[in-house]
Amino acid sequence: MIAHSIFFYFFSIIAIISAIMVTASKNTVHSVFFLILDFISISCLFIMIGAEFLGMIMLIVYVGAVAVLFLFVVMMLNVAQQKNQWFASKSSSKHIPVGLIISAIIFFELIIVVGGWKYKPNLVETNNFSKINEISNTHLLGQVLYTDYIHIFQISGMILLIAMIGAIVLTYRQREGVKKQSYIKQISRERSEGVEVLEVSSNKGVKIDD
Amino acid sequence: MIEIGLGHYLTLGAVIFSIGVIGIFLNRKNIIVILMSIELILLAVNINLVSFSIYLNDLSGQVFTLFILTVAAAEAAIGLAIIVVYYRNSGTIRVEDIDKLKG
Repeated sequence: MIAHSIFFYFFSIIAIISAIMVTASKNTVHSVFFLILDFISISCLFIMIGAEFLGMIMLIVYVGAVAVLFLFVVMMLNVAQQKNQWFASKSSSKHIPVGLIISAIIFFELIIVVGGWKYKPNLVETNNFSKINEISNTHLLGQVLYTDYIHIFQISGMILLIAMIGAIVLTYRQREGVKKQSYIKQISRERSEGVEVLEVSSNKGVKIDD
Repeated sequence: MIEIGLGHYLTLGAVIFSIGVIGIFLNRKNIIVILMSIELILLAVNINLVSFSIYLNDLSGQVFTLFILTVAAAEAAIGLAIIVVYYRNSGTIRVEDIDKLKG
């Protein structure tokens, strides 16, 4: 139990500090790196409390895809060098205290809710239910996901497909001077326009492509 | 304090959620940091769902975390595509310079 608490505090302190650094660091590339650190520590927490499948999926999806996508866009747009000090202009810094106040209010409301949380009296609190059932967390999740939640699962696949199509459509642009393959032209090519039979007189030769 | 319960995980989720909200409000840099703050907020939601799912012995929380993950990935892809198109059109993605809506 002591190891559990030690690891919890270790990972959560790293997560909180890196979350602060995501918003506070001046260079955007550093923000992306701290975001990756945050995801890794949170997925370690997930694995620690028994949700191994979700921890690994977090590593694959967030660190492997989303954060790398962020890094790719940041480096492609060359905005990493646009360093900026805080409170840059007077006119736009008016809403900063309001934002701080609202964030603090949200935080204290959440803390009040957590502190006032009461369980139902007949609740049996368990820490590790995969040990009870002798089935791994991934197996349990698969049993639920492909039976009870199959429609939502397929809809989430459609969401991913639509997101992919939308991203491609948004960033696609027609360029000038790029050679492309035209299937219609290739298929509708006739013999009469491709081949020509010439009478070649001797000592003259043939002039092509005139 | 030593015994880690549900409240510790919920507090961690609340802290990360608030940091994400602060990052949206206080951002003076480019708009990609705002997208990263939204990712932090979704991460906090995931922490809450997973910890409730573990401590209340119900798998629905983890299933919904999976769907939130899906939506987060889709949102990041679309948002970054929009940012790339905007940068191509206007040459900047600084938050102060994006004022075409006069907001």
